[in-house]
Amino acid sequence: MSVAGEQDQRGGINFARLLMSFGPLLFLVALIIVFTVLKPSFMDPINLFNITRQISITGLIALGMTFVILTAGIDLSVGSLLAFCGMVAAVVAKGGSANTLSLSTSGTQGFGWFAALLAAVVVGAAAGGVQGLVITRLKVPPFVVTLGGLTVFRGLTLTISNGGPISGFDASMRWFGTGLIGPVPVPALIFAAAAILCHIVLRYTRYGRAVYAVGGNAEAARLSGLRVDRILVSVYVIVGFFAGLAAFVLSARLNSSEAVAGIGYELTVISAVVIGGTSLFGGIGSVGGTVVGAALIGVLQNGLQFNNVSSYTQSIVIGLILILAVAFDRWLKSRVRR
Amino acid sequence: MPPAAEAASPEPVLLAVEGITKHFAGVTALSDVSLDIRPGEILGLLGENGAGKSTLLKILSGVVPPSGGRITFDGADYHPSSPQDAKRLGIVTIYQELSLIPTLTVAENIFIGRAPIGQFGLVSWRRMEQESRTIIARVGLSIDPMTPVSALSVAEQQLVEIARALSLKSRLIIMDEPTSALTETEVQRLLSIMDRLRKDKVAIMFVTHRLEEASAICDRMTVLRDGRLAGHLDREGGPIALPKIIEKMVGRAASELYARPAQRAVAGDVVLSVRGLRTVRDPEAPHAIVLDGVDIDLKAGEILGVAGLVGSGRTELARAIFGADRIAAGTITLDGKPIAPASPADAIALGIGLLPEDRKHQAIFAALGILPNFSIASLGSFSNGFGFMAERREHDALSGFRKMLSIRMASAEQAIEGLSGGNQQKVILARWLARDPKVLIVDEPTRGVDVGAKTEVHQILVQLAARGIAVMMISSELPEVLAVSDRIVTMRRGRITGQMPGVEANEERLMELMALDRKETL
Repeated sequence: MSVAGEQDQRGGINFARLLMSFGPLLFLVALIIVFTVLKPSFMDPINLFNITRQISITGLIALGMTFVILTAGIDLSVGSLLAFCGMVAAVVAKGGSANTLSLSTSGTQGFGWFAALLAAVVVGAAAGGVQGLVITRLKVPPFVVTLGGLTVFRGLTLTISNGGPISGFDASMRWFGTGLIGPVPVPALIFAAAAILCHIVLRYTRYGRAVYAVGGNAEAARLSGLRVDRILVSVYVIVGFFAGLAAFVLSARLNSSEAVAGIGYELTVISAVVIGGTSLFGGIGSVGGTVVGAALIGVLQNGLQFNNVSSYTQSIVIGLILILAVAFDRWLKSRVRR
Repeated sequence: MPPAAEAASPEPVLLAVEGITKHFAGVTALSDVSLDIRPGEILGLLGENGAGKSTLLKILSGVVPPSGGRITFDGADYHPSSPQDAKRLGIVTIYQELSLIPTLTVAENIFIGRAPIGQFGLVSWRRMEQESRTIIARVGLSIDPMTPVSALSVAEQQLVEIARALSLKSRLIIMDEPTSALTETEVQRLLSIMDRLRKDKVAIMFVTHRLEEASAICDRMTVLRDGRLAGHLDREGGPIALPKIIEKMVGRAASELYARPAQRAVAGDVVLSVRGLRTVRDPEAPHAIVLDGVDIDLKAGEILGVAGLVGSGRTELARAIFGADRIAAGTITLDGKPIAPASPADAIALGIGLLPEDRKHQAIFAALGILPNFSIASLGSFSNGFGFMAERREHDALSGFRKMLSIRMASAEQAIEGLSGGNQQKVILARWLARDPKVLIVDEPTRGVDVGAKTEVHQILVQLAARGIAVMMISSELPEVLAVSDRIVTMRRGRITGQMPGVEANEERLMELMALDRKETL
């Protein structure tokens, strides 16, 4: 009961908390060291920037997913929604569905990159909003609604694209996928800017507090005067927005919107968020964690590729790492409780 | 056998509890309690909240071991290692929260873990159905055993649990407040089934707050008070008289536990006025308590105590005023203006605060620190025009309340889970005080709070009232109600059953009004 006793306990909690928030980061650093030892050229700036470009697409969606998972929700539709938004962006970039078969990149008939970007994020946000409304108004669990969304958006994508890709965008749009500012790829800069923005929103704003509260205890949040349903809808709008933004960047990078784009992305995205320490039960997590989680997956994929490990084996390793990360997290928490 | 012979040889004692004591972390919850029960007997176990009934039940049902004393069951020493073990030995406890699995059928629930096996080692559904039908017939149920339990009323579910207990060859059935969620007709049916089981030589321990019911059915009663045995009562010719029970239950000089704060200034104008309030019956919980025309006035600067048992509608009243539950009829006026809060957010904006009864599930954000827990209801006033939190202001406000309420905490970032119950409750009080509410409703404010901190919470409530806040305090602990209330209303079955100034109230009067129907008031 002494003051010293209390402080000991506090110190213990803080140390474990430190470990909890830096655990994934330590793991990331360890991985980078291992890969560098195996093949020193792993540390080549060109390769490192490659990794940042690779993780930026799923990373962007993972930022949005962090908001959703913080409220104890889930969004399985993001991969399909990405394809759908990419297709919408392509149609707009091409100046309407009539021109989608033309491979011309002269851009004389298109509406330009800005219209394409705007269309992608608006459609993404709106699709997320509709799913959020179904979740809150009709009380259908997020897992079910977005599982339905996964099929619906894929079907819509195939419908507007007739199953094929829409390719050939003008140079100004392609810059967002392939451009460099100095040595840094533009997609990586977009991801970094978005991550900083999300971090600020979650950490320093009233809205961020509300997101954590709703995820931590929805009933207590309601009884504290939060409009829980609105906040829940908003997180699905946010993840939809990021799916749209990621779609735009991906289409710009590939110079093509594929009807089959983003298949399985939901799993990579959710893995990144969870490896980053965000609890699937809501209320615990951070943007920093998600960035580390996304980087961890990216480094792992790249490093394994670099060492000529087959993509089949990569899947196995990434899956195991996901389970290990969560098991480690659980173990740490059980230590803290004791 | 001639009746005379039967009377001459009473059944041997089935369960004997001798001098049982239980300490929890240095607190004595039970001290030297003894009782016994014979086959074919209904023993009432009575006592106020905190008298030690739950602890005794936990010991008998194998949840916790006693710290001292001896229990014999059926002539042998009884020390169950777990609830399963207690069941195996022949003692089944049926709690208020029923333990049936709602998605499974009645038959599956009865035969859970011991389904009859037929050919090829597969479950014999036919036998399971037939046997279930016989088993539930013993408690007067004639429903299809293949009905999922979720489709049954609470009363029916209870009977299924009793039937399952009987099918397990239980010799003693302990029922913990079985009637609190039942309608009057359902209560009568349950009592008649208990009577039938008595004739079948089953022993029943009936734990209840409902004195009339206990009086009507019990052969004997054991009354606990403050963790000790207050006495045994016997049915001598007629039912045990209610005043005798109340005397045993209360039996102490009014409230030695809490000193009554000094007489305070006269209360001000009526702030909150409720007339004819009725709530909507929830189709998913058709047996939940609904308000049935509640009138209540709450004045600035007073503490109105609302005394009522579980199921009296006291929490429902708070939730209805707070916009947390739908209102079917009636009016609420605040400062003379009619209001109709459709959500807690509306009520909060109007100046009402609610400290909910279940701190863990309804108030605390366990994963978060003290600071966000404190400011969650006032995010608007702790943030600037762009929606950014003004953390400096937030910290300053918290440290102000930390002093005012003497919250013992290490830092604002500390996890709220690390605080004691009393300090958590103070943080939640600070959450509402930060909004400077006109009306503060506190529901069981000292539940899960240790004794020393209880008094502190009471003093805080008195201070708040002195600042002009209209405080409504809901509590099932009568000493607490008596200690802090300026005025007291009692509730039962969704209605107000009585009203009196705090100085005129005593535990006996309140207990009568809470536990008895108006027509039967002594």
